[in-house]
Order: sequence, then C-alpha cells, then structure tokens
Amino acid sequence: MSYTLMFYESQEDFAARMDPARQQEYLAGWTHYVHALRESGIVVFGSGLHAPESAATMKRHGGEMVVQDGPFPETKEQLGGIFVIDVPDLDTALEWAARGPVDTVEVRQNLPALK
Amino acid sequence: MEAHQVIELMARNAYGRLLSYLAVNWRDLQAVEDAIGDAFLAALETWPKIGIPDKPEAWLVTAARRRLIDRARRTRVSESALPTLIAMSEDAQRLASSSAGFPDERLRMMFLCTHPAIDPAMRTPLMLQTVLGIDAARIASAFIIKPSTMSQRLTRVKAKIRAERMTFELPDDEEIANRLDSVLEAIYAAYGSGWDEAAIAESPRRRLAEEAIFLGRLLLQFAPRKPEVNGLLALMLHCEARREARHDGEGNFILLSEQDCARWEQGLILEAERHLHIASQAGEIGRFQLMAAIQSVHAQRLSTGRTEWEAIAQLYEGLTRISPTLGALVGRAAAVAEAYGLERGIALLEAIPSERVVSYQPYWALAGHLYKRIQRKEDAHSAYSRAIGLSTDASIRQFLNRQASEI
Repeated sequence: MSYTLMFYESQEDFAARMDPARQQEYLAGWTHYVHALRESGIVVFGSGLHAPESAATMKRHGGEMVVQDGPFPETKEQLGGIFVIDVPDLDTALEWAARGPVDTVEVRQNLPALK
Repeated sequence: MEAHQVIELMARNAYGRLLSYLAVNWRDLQAVEDAIGDAFLAALETWPKIGIPDKPEAWLVTAARRRLIDRARRTRVSESALPTLIAMSEDAQRLASSSAGFPDERLRMMFLCTHPAIDPAMRTPLMLQTVLGIDAARIASAFIIKPSTMSQRLTRVKAKIRAERMTFELPDDEEIANRLDSVLEAIYAAYGSGWDEAAIAESPRRRLAEEAIFLGRLLLQFAPRKPEVNGLLALMLHCEARREARHDGEGNFILLSEQDCARWEQGLILEAERHLHIASQAGEIGRFQLMAAIQSVHAQRLSTGRTEWEAIAQLYEGLTRISPTLGALVGRAAAVAEAYGLERGIALLEAIPSERVVSYQPYWALAGHLYKRIQRKEDAHSAYSRAIGLSTDASIRQFLNRQASEI
C-alpha cells in the first residue's frame, strides 16, 4: 500500500536551509533520514519543496481566476517536502513519520491511480 | 477534599478494580465500560450536592450495576443473564452494607487481556485500558498508532471477547506458566522493550513506564511465588532508577557507561536487587531474570566503579539461548565487544541476518560504534547515518551525530 508522508516545517526550518551557520545541520538531518528510508527499500518517490514564499497559488473566486503570491493556506508551518512510500499498513507509515527530522508529519494513504 | 478530587483519585485507583469486578460477572467489557463511565458522571453530578458517600466504591458499583440492568432491559438480554444480574445486585448490596471491599478481580482481567485468542499486538493496549483506565488516544500515541484505529481495534477485541464468550476463569496449574508469560510480555511491552538506555530513551512508550511498573507490582501481589514476575519488576526498576541520569541538564543523552552514578535513584536499585534476590531463591531462571541481572551488573558500577563486561556477556549468552530476540542478539554483540574484543563483537553483529535489521535502530547504532573503534571509517559513517535516520528522538539523533563526528 502506498502512503504519502507530508513534512511540515516551521519558518525557522525554512530559514535554516539558507543560513550558512545552520544549513549543514539542517541538511544532515534529512540526509540520514533519506538514507535510512532508501536502504529499507520502501521509497516510491520523494522530494523536498522550495520555500513557501516562492509558491504561486491559483484560486478561483466565483468562476474568476485569481493568482496569488505565496502558499495556501497561510499557516505557521508549511509543507516542506513529501515522500511516497510503499509499506504494508498505516502503522508502519506512521512509524516512518515518527523518524522524520521535523515536528509535524501528516500521513495519508494514496488513492489508486486512475485508469 | 473536594468531591471532584475524590472522583479523580477514584478514577485512577479504583477504575481497574471496578471494571474487573463488574466485567468478570457481566462479561461484556464495552457495556461495563460505558456503565462505569456513566457512574462516574453521576458521581460528578451528585456528590458535590449530597456529599461524598461513606463507601464511594460501593456507590459507584451500585450505580454502574443499575446502568447495566437498564441497558439489559432495553436491549432485552436473554433470560440467562438474569441470574447474573441478581447475583451482582446481591453482591452490591452486601458491599454497601458490610465493611469488606469487593473482590479484586484484576488478575483475571490481566489473564483475559492476554488470552491466546487475542492478537498479541492488542494485549498491552487492552490491559492498559481495562486495568488502568488509560484512554485510547494516549495508548495510541505511545504505540504510534492512529487514535481512531486504536479505538476501533480495542472495540473489536471487546466484541470478540463477548461473541466468543471468552473465559474470565483463571488458567489451571498446567496452563499457568504459559499464560503468565503472556501477561509478563504484555507488561514489558508497556514499558517499551529495548536492549539499552538509548532504546529506552527513544521509545515513545517511556511515558508509560510508571504504569508498567504499577502493573508489575500488581501482578506480584497476585503471583508472589513466580520468579519471573520478580525478574520483570527488577528489570523495570533498574531501568527506571536511571531515568534522570539518562540526560544531562541541557537534555543531552548520556550513554549508560558514562552516566553519573550519583544521579541514579538508589532506592529503586535496592528494591530491584531485592526482587532479583527473591527470584533467584526459586532456582528457576528465565528471560526477565536474566535481563534484570544484566542491569544489576551495570548498577554495580555504583560500588565498584567499573563495569564487569565478562559477566554481562555471559548473561547475554544465556539470554540468547532461551530468547534470541533481536534486542538480545544486539546486546550480546555489544557486551562481547567490550569483554573479549571488538572483532568478536563485530562478528556476532554481522552474523545477524540483514533482512531482520533493516529498520532496527539499535543494530545500526552499535554497528557505527564498533566500526568507528576499529577504524572502518566508511562503514561507521554509513551505519551511524542509518541509526540517525531511524531514530525518533531528537536527543538520540544529536548523540549519534556527535559520535559520528568523532570518526
């Protein structure tokens, strides 16, 4: 079964990516986690996302299209990256979520691909 | 004391006794849980007005029993249930009028929770909920399970107990050894199994440690002459004695061999030693006694100033013979490396089939540690990286990072 782990990061986490003083530590946290994930042979797909400020959001208001700068929604923690993993059940997916180097991880099962 | 404080205290101390007593007679766990919940609600409403009753537990039993009877009437429970109801009602009256407490049926409840027909993964959660009244959401977090999933599984187990008319009887003499083992296993699972301090610090179940020790003490009251019960209690107490010493003032994780013994809780160590001594009198060795003995050797550093790794390695040898769990195999490799040399430890570690350790953090932490010391630098980096990636606790990640940076 395939599950998506969504890693939410704080503004500080996003800032750490660019801060020469904290960058290495930030990246190391991910390197080890990604290493463990890949070695376990369950990764379907994974990618980090650029910072939320770089996002563009398309919204439709009553049929009218509005394009905005920034993410949707505006919250303290923002999606920082995802992993799609193939594991037997949600319990196992949550176990992997608990190992992630961030404080908030949402886990959802993927829908089967449309034919 | 205010009424609501009395009720809170009751809920913590008496919940399991009330539930077990009613469930043994009524056999429908879910119905009994609902009835007790209602009884506590009724107490919250009426006690502040009428004052705390003389026998609060008897009051709660009576109230819960009344709910059960109402429910039975509504759902038209078969005639066969009536004698039970009448017996319970007589019991409850006797309770209310005499000075005796009601019988403690929590041992039966513990055996029911670990019944062979119940999925081993659900035994500990069921015991935590029925004997201690811990809510499903907290149990779910301790086991990293989705709370609604945990609730559903608990509900399903209770339905199964009812549907299959699972017995609340105590096992007979022949059966008792096996069944007691399952009870011990379930309590140990609540403590959070781990072969070393890091695994304990890592475990999300460490927050249930006090509850697990409570269950161990409770079991001992019922089964005082079973050495493995003392063994399990000694093991948990030894580990608990080091709780404070496991992290420094800044929250950094400290390895057992580097902990400041002065920060160990000596009262708990003494208690653990006493249990281990009582267990040894029976002359019947078991895995929990061996695991406790390993912790006991570590605790001796308090008086001798050194760790007797040969003794620990020998105990692990015995442990892997009767219970070759992954934790025991990794623990043995660690002890043998210290006692008889790194190469021998590494050989034992590498003999563990690789498919078993894919996501077993302690294996990779030890591998990193041993490879580092024999200068297999690349292997050490890789092993530490996997250990860090498999860790769920920030203090353990930082600790492993520091170790890796010294390669």
